[in-house]
Amino acid sequence: MADPVKSIVTPIRLEYDYTPGRATSRFLRGIARHCILGQECPKCHKVYVPPRGSCPACAVPTEREVEVRDTGTVVTFSIIRVPSENIHFELPYAAISVLLDGAGIPFFHVVQDIPLDQVRMGLRVRARWVATEALAPTIASIECFVPSGEPDAPWESFREHS
Amino acid sequence: MRDVAIISFAQSVSARESERNEVEFLMPVVREAIAASGIERSEIGFTCSGSSDFLQGQPFAFVMALDAVGAWPPIRESHVEQDGAWALYEAWVKIQTGEVESALVYGFGKGASGDLGEILALSLDPYCVTPLWPHADSIAALQARAWIEAGRGTERSLAEITSRSRRAARSNPHAIVSGDETPDELLARPYVASPLRAHDCAANGDGASAVVLAAGDLARSVCSRPAWIRGIDHRVDPASLGVRDLTRAPSAELAGLRAGVGRDRIDVAELYAPYAHQEAILRQALGLPETTNVNPSGGALCGHVMMSCGLQRIGEVARRILSGTADRGVGHATHGPALQQNLVCVLEGE
Repeated sequence: MADPVKSIVTPIRLEYDYTPGRATSRFLRGIARHCILGQECPKCHKVYVPPRGSCPACAVPTEREVEVRDTGTVVTFSIIRVPSENIHFELPYAAISVLLDGAGIPFFHVVQDIPLDQVRMGLRVRARWVATEALAPTIASIECFVPSGEPDAPWESFREHS
Repeated sequence: MRDVAIISFAQSVSARESERNEVEFLMPVVREAIAASGIERSEIGFTCSGSSDFLQGQPFAFVMALDAVGAWPPIRESHVEQDGAWALYEAWVKIQTGEVESALVYGFGKGASGDLGEILALSLDPYCVTPLWPHADSIAALQARAWIEAGRGTERSLAEITSRSRRAARSNPHAIVSGDETPDELLARPYVASPLRAHDCAANGDGASAVVLAAGDLARSVCSRPAWIRGIDHRVDPASLGVRDLTRAPSAELAGLRAGVGRDRIDVAELYAPYAHQEAILRQALGLPETTNVNPSGGALCGHVMMSCGLQRIGEVARRILSGTADRGVGHATHGPALQQNLVCVLEGE
């Protein structure tokens, strides 16, 4: 019997014209001018950052725009030791889930300028932005977060998110 | 069998959703269907959706779409990688089990974000067919050619179907294209993939649709004239194009028979035929007489939202029964190349 065909190569390439949506587009345009925009649910008043245009819990559109601060609290973290394409941080580094002041949900980023064994839940951080002339409608306009030097936030202030 | 009815329907179709993401255009449709149903969102027992992540080019896009529904507190939910019509089938089965009394069903798609005809090539045999990247229009053209050569129709028949559909679409606010061309005018236009011309191929777009289903007494208590599902069935033909007689749709014939299409007269039929000749094949497969009003919405030719179109066909029939302009009708959905899979749903008013 002939050798079995164990694999075939069939290259696939598809191009998409992707739309982030109205809410996320406004968020990205805000980022380009040094401003972090969330949207508040008209029913439960949770502020979504980044916004996707709806409150998934209440199933209503979120329309009221709210600017949140670029400081926040680390609600959980992980030390990353495996390389990944498109990641330019030196290994190992700390990925964080950060609850920005004024936001109702945390989002993911990276914390730098702190020994990894000191990264902790409750750590207060602030965004380090790229230079003003390099600001663009991308989350990469926030280079990373760094410790703000404030005392740790109490557990009660972020227990819902950890 | 439990009596189950469609009690509301909503849809949104556009040639291109260039600003809104799926959640942003799905949410108003879901809200409209729920509001029209007379049942509170929190009282709906089951939610089922149909979509394909290949259309968005994003993994787990169907999970993100749940943001439009409100899945907190946790809901009973399911998803099919199929047109929303198959989600409706699953929801109908769920109600048959007696576990729930009502269900929300929706389908959505962004067929215009990529080249739909190329994306659909990924649903073909991955070893011997997909590597050739046959465009969906090309496969349909092979079928149309076989249909013409078999003496089932002519290019003029295609033009007549398209002309009638485009005229019907003029009164459908959800149509993407419409027109009042004569068959002769259409025949003067160039081929896309002979014997098909651009107008013989579906006008692809972005959009969503939703229906609410309810069982017997609940349906009667919230709706003055429910569109009762009298029969629903779906069947599949072989995936390999070479083993099928492309001029027929045996799975549609069987599904139509099992759904009971021929048991009484059919006032209106909405057939998911993304190519003109497929309407003729389906009309024959379901044994529809000349008296049946076929595709009064203009059908898929005049507005085609992949993963929603079949549910819209059923919804268009339900809408006419709910409003009292039709008594008995059939909604049809298809999926796969050249009418491979077919679902038939017979609806009736009381």
